[in-house]
Amino acid sequence: MAEKKTLRQEFTKGFLIENPVLRLVLGTCPTLAISTSVTGSVGMGISASLVLIGSNVVISLLRKVIPDKVRIPAYVIIIASFVSIVQMLVKAFAPAIDEQLGIYLPLIVVNCIILGRAEAFAGKNSVLASAIDGIGMGIGFTAAIVGMSIIREFLGSGSLAGMPILPASIPPMTIFILPPGGFFVYGVMMALANKLSEKKGLPKAELKGCEHCPMNDACAVRPLKEEEEAKGKKGGKAS
Amino acid sequence: MKIFMFIIFTGLLTENFVLAKFLGICPFLGVSKKLNTAMGMSAAVIFVMVLSTAVTYPINEKLLVKYNMEYLQTIVFILVIAALVQLVETVLKKYMKPLYNALGIYLPLITTNCAVLGVVFLNLEKNFTYTQSLVNSFGAGVGFMLAMFMFAGVRERMESCDIPKGLQGLPITLISASLTSVSFLGFGGIAERLFK
Repeated sequence: MAEKKTLRQEFTKGFLIENPVLRLVLGTCPTLAISTSVTGSVGMGISASLVLIGSNVVISLLRKVIPDKVRIPAYVIIIASFVSIVQMLVKAFAPAIDEQLGIYLPLIVVNCIILGRAEAFAGKNSVLASAIDGIGMGIGFTAAIVGMSIIREFLGSGSLAGMPILPASIPPMTIFILPPGGFFVYGVMMALANKLSEKKGLPKAELKGCEHCPMNDACAVRPLKEEEEAKGKKGGKAS
Repeated sequence: MKIFMFIIFTGLLTENFVLAKFLGICPFLGVSKKLNTAMGMSAAVIFVMVLSTAVTYPINEKLLVKYNMEYLQTIVFILVIAALVQLVETVLKKYMKPLYNALGIYLPLITTNCAVLGVVFLNLEKNFTYTQSLVNSFGAGVGFMLAMFMFAGVRERMESCDIPKGLQGLPITLISASLTSVSFLGFGGIAERLFK
């Protein structure tokens, strides 16, 4: 019974508490770039989720075989293989989506969510838990990017998933599908997510320089950061 | 010559990597707090971008395209870039200490930066020649530096501002990034008129 409950928690934590986009601030590049249209976002969400689930399962299976020292390169190869598989599938079965995603489809390889989950979860947990974690995080990512794309496409081109909603007499606010709109909507959504999590007594989403980065442990910038911090305590880091 | 000017101009302003293409957002938001860190990071990005283009382009042309193995691009590129960065780091550490001290610490971080892999794929997508690809990578890197530099300035100003409680932290950072991005939007269309 107890185990079942933890599995359920693993599944649902990706929705809000540890939502990769809004709470952990990972995978920002595709979120901002692709969320101009709902169809593209759904495609991106599903592709990234498939890669995430696949790599989580394989990394979890191999977690006792991969030596600790070379784990990051090993993870990257596993992730790249899954991205190639997904790329081929998308090219074969949904060429329109492939066209929309463009270079952002192969760039799933360097999506921090996937390497982050590999490093933080799949490398340490059982296969079942890792698969469930992957599904939950995938749903959280898809929900965030699709939610953002609904706002942006509706305001920016007056349509949803390509179907016109607003009459032609109301001109759409094109800036929302342009880059500035992306940053703006993301910022506002982040503020809302902070508000919601504050009500639930959770800490605010914060980008603490390097600490949020999945590569933190393996990264060489850290000594520098620590030195910098020792030199002068910054005020903004109170929480 | 005109085409090179055009490529640099687009990479720098109209198709700025960070503010128009959303590549390299993580370092943009994470490292841009301090000006000198931002500069070191950007210099390393320019270096790695040009270097990885210089290496991956021939591999793609002479190996992958020749033997019909384009489907391996993603795996090959990420592996080559990762190995290359490690190699360069070791060489710099041994033979060029001052350069290593300036750039070295940022190098491992950049391997998984989407801007580097992004520029490699963009060069392929646009069917650039070898020289054009190198110029484009350089331009994109300098564009990254410009965005980091400008945004570091914006953030320094923001430190002393009275920001509404709900927007403090990341939300206001993103909204100010949006405004910075508006300023780059203004250059749209200029490059085509000037250089073509």
